[in-house]
Amino acid sequence: MPKYEAVIGLEVHLHLSTRTKAFCGCSTEFGKEANSQTCPVCLGLPGSLPVFNRTALDYAIKVALALNCKVQEYTKFDRKNYFYPDLPKGYQISQYDLPLSLDGFLNIDTDTGLKRIGITRVHMEEDAGKLIHEDNDSLVDFNRTGVPLLEIVSQPDISSPEEAYQYLSTLKTIIEYLDVSDCDMEKGSLRCDANISLRPRGESGLGVKTELKNMNSFKGVKDALGYEIKRQAELLESGVILMQETRLWDIKEMKTVSMRAKEGAKDYRYFPEPDLPPFIITPSKIEEIRRAIPELPHEKIRRFVEFYGLLEYDAKVLVASKKDALFAEECFNSYPGKDKKLIVNWFIGPLLAEANNRNLSISGLNIPSAHLLELLGFLSRNEISNLAAKAVLSDMIDTAKPPEEIIKSKNLIQISDGGALKKIMEEVIGENQKSVADYKSGKENALMFLVGQLMRKSQGKANPKIARELLKERLNA
Amino acid sequence: MIDKKTVEYVANLARIGLKEEEADMLSGQLGDILGFIDKLKEVNVDNVHPTSHAISLNNVLREDSPQGSLSVNSALSNAPLKRSNFFLVPKVIE
Amino acid sequence: MSKNLYSLTAHELSEGLRSKEIKSEDISFALESRIKKLDARVNAYQKPPKGPPSGESFVSSGIPLAVKDNICTKGFYTQCCSRILEGFIPPYDATVIRKIKESGHSCLKLKTNMDEFAFGSSTENSFSGPTRNPWDLDCVPGGSSGGSAAAVAADEAIWALGSDTGGSIRQPASFCGVVGLKPTYGRVSRFGLIAFASSLDQIGPITKDVYDSALLMNIISGYDPNDSTSVNLPVPDYTKALGKDVRGFKVGVPREYFIEGLDPEVKASVEEAINKLRKLGVDFKEVSLNHTEYAVPVYYIIATAEASSNLARFDGVQYGFRSKDANLIDMYKKARGEGFGEEAKRRIILGTFALSHGYYDAYYLRALKVRTLIKEDFDSLFKELDCILTPTSPTAAFKIGEKVNDPLKMYLSDIYTISANLAGIPGISLPCGLTKNGMPIGLQILARHFEEEKVFSLAYAFEQNTGWHKLKPKLT
Ligand SMILES: [Mg+2]
Ligand SMILES: [Zn+2]
Repeated sequence: MPKYEAVIGLEVHLHLSTRTKAFCGCSTEFGKEANSQTCPVCLGLPGSLPVFNRTALDYAIKVALALNCKVQEYTKFDRKNYFYPDLPKGYQISQYDLPLSLDGFLNIDTDTGLKRIGITRVHMEEDAGKLIHEDNDSLVDFNRTGVPLLEIVSQPDISSPEEAYQYLSTLKTIIEYLDVSDCDMEKGSLRCDANISLRPRGESGLGVKTELKNMNSFKGVKDALGYEIKRQAELLESGVILMQETRLWDIKEMKTVSMRAKEGAKDYRYFPEPDLPPFIITPSKIEEIRRAIPELPHEKIRRFVEFYGLLEYDAKVLVASKKDALFAEECFNSYPGKDKKLIVNWFIGPLLAEANNRNLSISGLNIPSAHLLELLGFLSRNEISNLAAKAVLSDMIDTAKPPEEIIKSKNLIQISDGGALKKIMEEVIGENQKSVADYKSGKENALMFLVGQLMRKSQGKANPKIARELLKERLNA
Repeated sequence: MIDKKTVEYVANLARIGLKEEEADMLSGQLGDILGFIDKLKEVNVDNVHPTSHAISLNNVLREDSPQGSLSVNSALSNAPLKRSNFFLVPKVIE
Repeated sequence: MSKNLYSLTAHELSEGLRSKEIKSEDISFALESRIKKLDARVNAYQKPPKGPPSGESFVSSGIPLAVKDNICTKGFYTQCCSRILEGFIPPYDATVIRKIKESGHSCLKLKTNMDEFAFGSSTENSFSGPTRNPWDLDCVPGGSSGGSAAAVAADEAIWALGSDTGGSIRQPASFCGVVGLKPTYGRVSRFGLIAFASSLDQIGPITKDVYDSALLMNIISGYDPNDSTSVNLPVPDYTKALGKDVRGFKVGVPREYFIEGLDPEVKASVEEAINKLRKLGVDFKEVSLNHTEYAVPVYYIIATAEASSNLARFDGVQYGFRSKDANLIDMYKKARGEGFGEEAKRRIILGTFALSHGYYDAYYLRALKVRTLIKEDFDSLFKELDCILTPTSPTAAFKIGEKVNDPLKMYLSDIYTISANLAGIPGISLPCGLTKNGMPIGLQILARHFEEEKVFSLAYAFEQNTGWHKLKPKLT
């Protein structure tokens, strides 16, 4: 067991997927021509004033509730004052002493079971613009300026890079279920900074922390934390006194580098935003939004296990993606009959395998649920073999054709008709007298051989179960 | 009294370059003004709520419907320096 | 229309327009020649830089309005009389400008002079040089809307818009012998008003008489979905409040406003006004606004704190003045150090200090709390009063240069007007006399939130029974 224990807190910034920005009517669409989605308000032109987006507030409350936070009855915006070229007003509209919500938690899976990670606060703010650095100057694009952001601050309850990764994945899945953000780290719609310090295992005091920035993926967060634990442990071992600092993750070098100290001290001069009256969030508003929260992943997992008989592990795999889970559930529900075992097994078996082979999600395979049900109908009626069904599935994904068309064109229907099978059976018996004799003398294995011969003669189309029954009946007579 | 060092610290926060004599003058004037403002310390403000807005309004919100933006030309029309579609600033070192 | 058109009021001119006796162009032409004749001396307007801008062409319609340089006019220079906004042409109209155009009127293609960013009480802090008082060119017109007030007083404008953060409409109206109204906070949209102190600023009319003030309020008032602090209440026809009988009006006179520092001539004039109104049946009562002495210090903390943040956007990146420099921090410091004038720098630094770490509670938070007490003083008085009557300013207009080197003394000239901004209530200043030296004296009437109608009723009754508004400076 390592000598030191890591104390990690994560600060996530999340774009809310509203149609317009937080304080103006500009579109939030990603990837548009630079500075084409700006107006006097988000450009911070003199005289312009902010008006907050109703949907952004609703989304924010939704997230806060899903993270078990206490939504505050009275909340307000504040100005955070600092100068930076991507910040057109010279201040960011954010929340300081009366944030939207406080004191929530998130449960994550760890090797030793569920672990609760506290959430200090979820507050609302606006995003800044984007800087593009050239050789001698920097360019500013204000399209992203004013996009509504949530800041989600965890307690320092995370103890390892793996837990940090798990926290982020769990958070992302929840947000995905709420449908309030696309959580795309590459597009910058989810960003994560980390605070990390080490302390001798078993102690309760806190060490000197480092703030880590510039991680572009969940894996980046994990790697940066891993690196930092090693770096800090080595320094502590050699007796160096750590300095509180901000370090940037360098993905090429796979290491963190100290950020040149920002000019001047951090003194943001927060004060209540005079241009925006406060918000009073009534219990009935909170209830209204709470009711609109869809079933969250942990609830869905439980239901998949209890209702559809999935193993917990399999349920987690399906629920990890909202689209997969919704598709699965749609199929489970429309699958006829009470016994859902076949369809459940197909999801965690062939479908998952196909998805993995193709580096897609199950929903990304784009199979219409009607097609899947039709295919499983052929299988359950024994009209095609299990092997054939898997091949048909593959074809369905490749060609988007309905299963019946594929089965017909490939002539995969099993021969279950007694008359047709008997004709083939007589031929097989005629050609394999020795095996017939073996069977009659008590060698059970011979029957298997005869079934195999029958299958070959029918080019695999004979229904092996019926063929076996027929053979047994004929030879025992 | 507000010393020159404080004036310089605050001027830096406010990103205002001050000449030597400006800083000297301001330290004197701000001292006088703050001395006058210190009058507020006489007032008992225990249990008094702060007023940040002249009129009490709440829950002022707009619908999430796009209103159209300025053209890129218009957005950049007042920029002292620009390059193609971008505002131009001295190189930002991170 | 026998008189010179420029000397008429908007309501007189609109009669002429309605009866087709005159055309809008005639008014513009009359004003143009009047400005040409007088403004080299008065300097009520700032000169546009480098020729006309490439904006939309000027359409003269209705009765043209003079607009303070801190109200955004699409396609036309709006510079807050500051070097840091030199050449700034807004791509949008302020809501009040849109409303004026929609009402069939137009704006002059000249902006009125002002103290830089409305920081001042004398219109001496302008990159266009000081405006002079039309009643005595050696005196200040008051400020910060000194250009608007002087233009109206000198008949260089029919009517005008100003902005009032701590008295910037009322005090210059008082100094120039015209009518200036600061509406209730939230009555007029601030969208497009370049902010000084967001929680105190209001746009309002500066006019030749009370009638025009009500007319202009009818046009500019009302809820604006682009201003979260504008209030969604119906707008009455303010002209209907004019001529209303004021008998039985309960009016308070705060004793804290009649103490040392109040010029005896001003005091006498206001007392005479009280007598006049008493004769009209108004009930007067001496009242107390206990926290009056704290209004100025509260104001100078709150206003400068908000200003320090509001003016952070002037950094030379997107618009305005930019110093040539390769280093980012130096770019900021030079643009702001060279672009802002002395008073702007003084206020930004004071406001930054009040919000900075370690001082916030002692200064800013405490000021917000005392603001509550000042507001409560008014709330409790208005439970039984219709209006409060005070002098607008402790003195008549002072000499140019007299207070410019003593900021504290200058700040104290707003002592009677500041409280209305802190409380968010409406207030008007109208002429009520002249000093021995022939300088105008102003009377201030305050009322409860959204009770501009009472202000108008009382002001109109006084005006119509005295006629001080008809006096004009002898400018030739
Ligand atoms: Mg943040
Ligand atoms: Zn915008």
